[in-house]
Amino acid sequence: MDLAIKLIVFLPLVAAAIAGLFCRVIGARPAQVVTCAALLIAAALSVFVFVKIGFGTEKLFVVKLFSWIDSGTLDISWALRVDTLTAVMLIVVTGVSSMVHIYSIGYMEEDPSIPRFMAYLSLFTFFMLMLVTADNLVQLFFGWEGVGLASYLLIGFWYDKPSANAAAMKAFIVNRVGDFGFALGIFAVWMLSGSVGFEEIFGKAPQMAQMRIQFLGMDLPALETACLLLFVGAMGKSAQLGLHTWLPDAMEGPTPVSALIHAATMVTAGVFMVCRLSPLFELAPTASMVVTLVGAATAFFAATVGLTQFDIKRVVAYSTCSQLGYMFFACGVGGYSAAMFHLTTHAFFKALLFLGSGSVIHCLHHEQDMRLMGGVREKAPQTFILMWVGTLALSGIGIPFILGNGLGFAGFYSKDIMLEAAFGVHTTVGMIAFWLGVIAAFMTAFYSTRLMFMTFYGKYRGDHHTWDHAHESPIVMMIPLYVLGIGAAFSGLVGYDWFVGHDWKAFWGNSLAVKATEEVLHHAHEVPLWVKLLPLVLALSGIALSYYYYVVRTDLPDRTIKAFPRLHALFYNKWYFDELYDAVFVKPSLALGRFFWKKGDAATIDGLGPDNVAARAQDMAGMLMRFQSGYLYHYAFVMLVGVAGLVTYFMLSAR
Amino acid sequence: MIVGLENWALARPELFLAAATALLLIYGVVRGEIATAFVSVATAVALLVTAALLFLPYREGTAFASLFIADRLTATMKALVLVGSAVAILMSRAYFEQAKAWRFEYPLVVALATLGMMLMISANDLMALYVGLELQSLALYVIAAFQRDSVRSTEAGVKYFVLGSVASGMLLFGSSLIYGFCGGTAFVQISGALADGRSAEIGVIIGLVFVVAGLAFKVSAVPFHMWTPDVYEGAPTPVTALFAVAPKIAAMSLLVSVLMGPFKPLFAQWQQIIVVASVFSMALGAFAALRQQNIKRLMAYSSIGNVGYVLLGVASGTEKGIQAVVFYLAIYMVMTLGVFATILMMKRRNIMVEEVSDLAGLARSQPMMAFGMLIFMFSLAGIPPLAGFWGKLYIFMAAVEAKLFVPAGLGVLASVVASYYYLRIVKVMYFDEPAEAIDRPSFGVNRVVALVAAFLIAIFSLVPQPLSLIAEAAAKGLFQ
Repeated sequence: MDLAIKLIVFLPLVAAAIAGLFCRVIGARPAQVVTCAALLIAAALSVFVFVKIGFGTEKLFVVKLFSWIDSGTLDISWALRVDTLTAVMLIVVTGVSSMVHIYSIGYMEEDPSIPRFMAYLSLFTFFMLMLVTADNLVQLFFGWEGVGLASYLLIGFWYDKPSANAAAMKAFIVNRVGDFGFALGIFAVWMLSGSVGFEEIFGKAPQMAQMRIQFLGMDLPALETACLLLFVGAMGKSAQLGLHTWLPDAMEGPTPVSALIHAATMVTAGVFMVCRLSPLFELAPTASMVVTLVGAATAFFAATVGLTQFDIKRVVAYSTCSQLGYMFFACGVGGYSAAMFHLTTHAFFKALLFLGSGSVIHCLHHEQDMRLMGGVREKAPQTFILMWVGTLALSGIGIPFILGNGLGFAGFYSKDIMLEAAFGVHTTVGMIAFWLGVIAAFMTAFYSTRLMFMTFYGKYRGDHHTWDHAHESPIVMMIPLYVLGIGAAFSGLVGYDWFVGHDWKAFWGNSLAVKATEEVLHHAHEVPLWVKLLPLVLALSGIALSYYYYVVRTDLPDRTIKAFPRLHALFYNKWYFDELYDAVFVKPSLALGRFFWKKGDAATIDGLGPDNVAARAQDMAGMLMRFQSGYLYHYAFVMLVGVAGLVTYFMLSAR
Repeated sequence: MIVGLENWALARPELFLAAATALLLIYGVVRGEIATAFVSVATAVALLVTAALLFLPYREGTAFASLFIADRLTATMKALVLVGSAVAILMSRAYFEQAKAWRFEYPLVVALATLGMMLMISANDLMALYVGLELQSLALYVIAAFQRDSVRSTEAGVKYFVLGSVASGMLLFGSSLIYGFCGGTAFVQISGALADGRSAEIGVIIGLVFVVAGLAFKVSAVPFHMWTPDVYEGAPTPVTALFAVAPKIAAMSLLVSVLMGPFKPLFAQWQQIIVVASVFSMALGAFAALRQQNIKRLMAYSSIGNVGYVLLGVASGTEKGIQAVVFYLAIYMVMTLGVFATILMMKRRNIMVEEVSDLAGLARSQPMMAFGMLIFMFSLAGIPPLAGFWGKLYIFMAAVEAKLFVPAGLGVLASVVASYYYLRIVKVMYFDEPAEAIDRPSFGVNRVVALVAAFLIAIFSLVPQPLSLIAEAAAKGLFQ
């Protein structure tokens, strides 16, 4: 078991090192083989570990590697901690990652730097696995920063594209804001509990809830503050409202990257972190309330933006943002298991949607604008069907009441349980989250099917040259789509009982906050019938409306826009967040930087320092040159003045 | 007064050189211009033999009724001067042949100048000092103007002559004042008179100021340096090489023996003069050269700066300081001869060039030549571990031990500024777009000199101890 865990984590690192360091020697094909093989082995081992822990009796494995930092009372070691929560993440990460690796063989076929790409992907996977297997906050932070680095490298993979570089920097810098909060949160936890190891922290959680900290004259509840700071970190990584601006831009990276990092795994790290720290969050009601509100607001906000976008990947990106909002409000109300359930199903169907979009993009020679698509189902029938699977899973479509829990696509189970959890807690915040979530569910169904109708239905609107060369993607890209399609279709059905149904206790063990989960799941299953049905009804009406707008009456979208121009502009321009940040943060920072550079460094330090000294030296040289006139009497005069000066000096000093 | 001849053998080297010069002069006159090559080589050999005679056997003491003194310091300094002059003579042939001024008088006049320098170094009386100095100076005025048909050369000769006369006048005036106050011209009499309490008398101090001014002119210390750039630039290049080496060393040696001998009781006074001259020389040598385009002129300022460092060693007035002075002068001679040998090789289409910009891209056309120049420049700039660094280090250490903190600090700063123009030459040679290529230097004396100089610098850099031991022995002679 220990060996399996070690292999899962370190095989991707070894593969990344081989592909990255020796890429010039071994070439593209071996790099692909090595990385894909490593990931497939890791994925197989993950299934083994998952089954053993999830359905076994032994719920926790800790593999000690070695001591890292041992200074005073601070003792941090490298250790791989695998419980059910981690095992679920292992499945998600290695599963999606291995599929993306294989898909990349086809998608990146014509790229000149294949080994570098594969190495980055594997390196990302290693960091992500390090993150989910962390045994303490510092190790978690290591993985956290590592995935940030890999994300930066992959967004900017096409480094000759200025927009890609800008997006990479944006992602990195916005995440710095979150990471700052996260780091402060870690410091706070260490200050309160004297430890960063999860086991010790959770043991001291009840005491911590009683403590208070003083900061700048304010008397703050300690645990609430720490949790809020940690949540700021989660907001950055998971692109929650306020720190979400980097995620849509990150679509500049290659599509497999979007699928792996910016849909299935890295962006869910925030959710994972909150679930991992659920024993702390369940004792911090105010912080949890903030989590709920931010999550619900994000779910709603991102959905509105998604309604209006035309770039196929951006629609999916805003959808991701929105779905992450769902997961957070589920966490906020205590439905950690529901959040993890949605995280898992979402990983499958969102990766499917991204890779499917990639397949469409590949088919149409890197065309991403949906206005220039249409009728693609003729050219890519398999992608078409699989995209429908993903879309229905995202919209949460299913048939209730049969087979006990109903029969439907993955999102049907996971989204509903989150909404039910939010309703079930019967608090104001819960109700806000529920209603925003329900409205967002309607919009989700609308925009995701809008994507389908604009892309696959109607007539092709792009240029004919592209259309003539359009083709279904190669088999190496279709296999991952099928695998993910199966996950998107059935993961909800299979997982329901274990994740949130009556077997949840046996499944999760102690890896999530037990008390809160029990309470929330209990209430969630007791909600009135209309609550259970409402999301489905709204989703179906969203699909119907979308069909009417984009297939039956294609003039309606424009007329609607004309009817509500302001609202459309607001949504289309992403609520002007980028413009706001540009004016409030970016421009002043640049101005400040320019000031320090031009006025501070160049004018003051260089100007008075090196440059000034050099210029004065040159002036002096010029002066001395003029002094050297060439006239004899000048020279003799200088000599006499010298003697006279010395004599005068001595005569004066002799007195 | 009867001249005592009892110790005349102490002056054997000088007598030999005088006789050899006279004989070669007669030979030259008889044979005419065809004898030039022979006379030139023979003079150089005679100078080297003279140097050998200093130590085979080595003797010390005074002679000619105490007008003449010989000890370790004088012997060492004379050896440096003789070698410098000999090399300068050998280096000059190609240049003068091309300038159509290749005459047998040239090496002989240099030999006479050298004889004057030897007498200066050995002077033990103000009268002997003046006679030696004038013999040297008159000879040097002649060779500065040796290229008679060149305006620049004659201008240099006249300038040097006029200003040199002013300096000589000052020296004589100072001597007469001192004679008046001390009642004698012999160094022993002066120190004896000053030792019994008359040191504070203003007349003596004024006399000292004038004497020091006269000597400072010869070493071209600020503010008596004004002639240097013009003369260095105008004089024929081999003459400049000689000027930069032999008279500097001789005059510096004389300055040391005058200040540390008869005027030792006035140490507090002359230290102030020397420190001022030193600091200003270092500063001027550093700043004024920054914009120079002509290498000879640049070397003139460089020599002023180097004299500043040597004076700092003199100003410390300690045995360590004098040791540093000897050490520095030896290294300075090697570096300077190397640089001038390289300058003498700078020809384009068989015409001598002497601008810094002419060196552009030298590293590509003549890598060996460029590398040699690089060593000299790095050494002059005082980059460790090259010999020039050790020289400066000893000087500064001596100054710091003598509590001359401020002048030592200023010296370090000046050497930073000066390193700019040394390194600029390296930059021009290695990084600038090549100018029209310099001719491939023919195999000759200059190439050998440059090679040997570079080699010696390498040796001194790695093993400075032997040279430092010689300097130590020389300095000890002064303090017995």
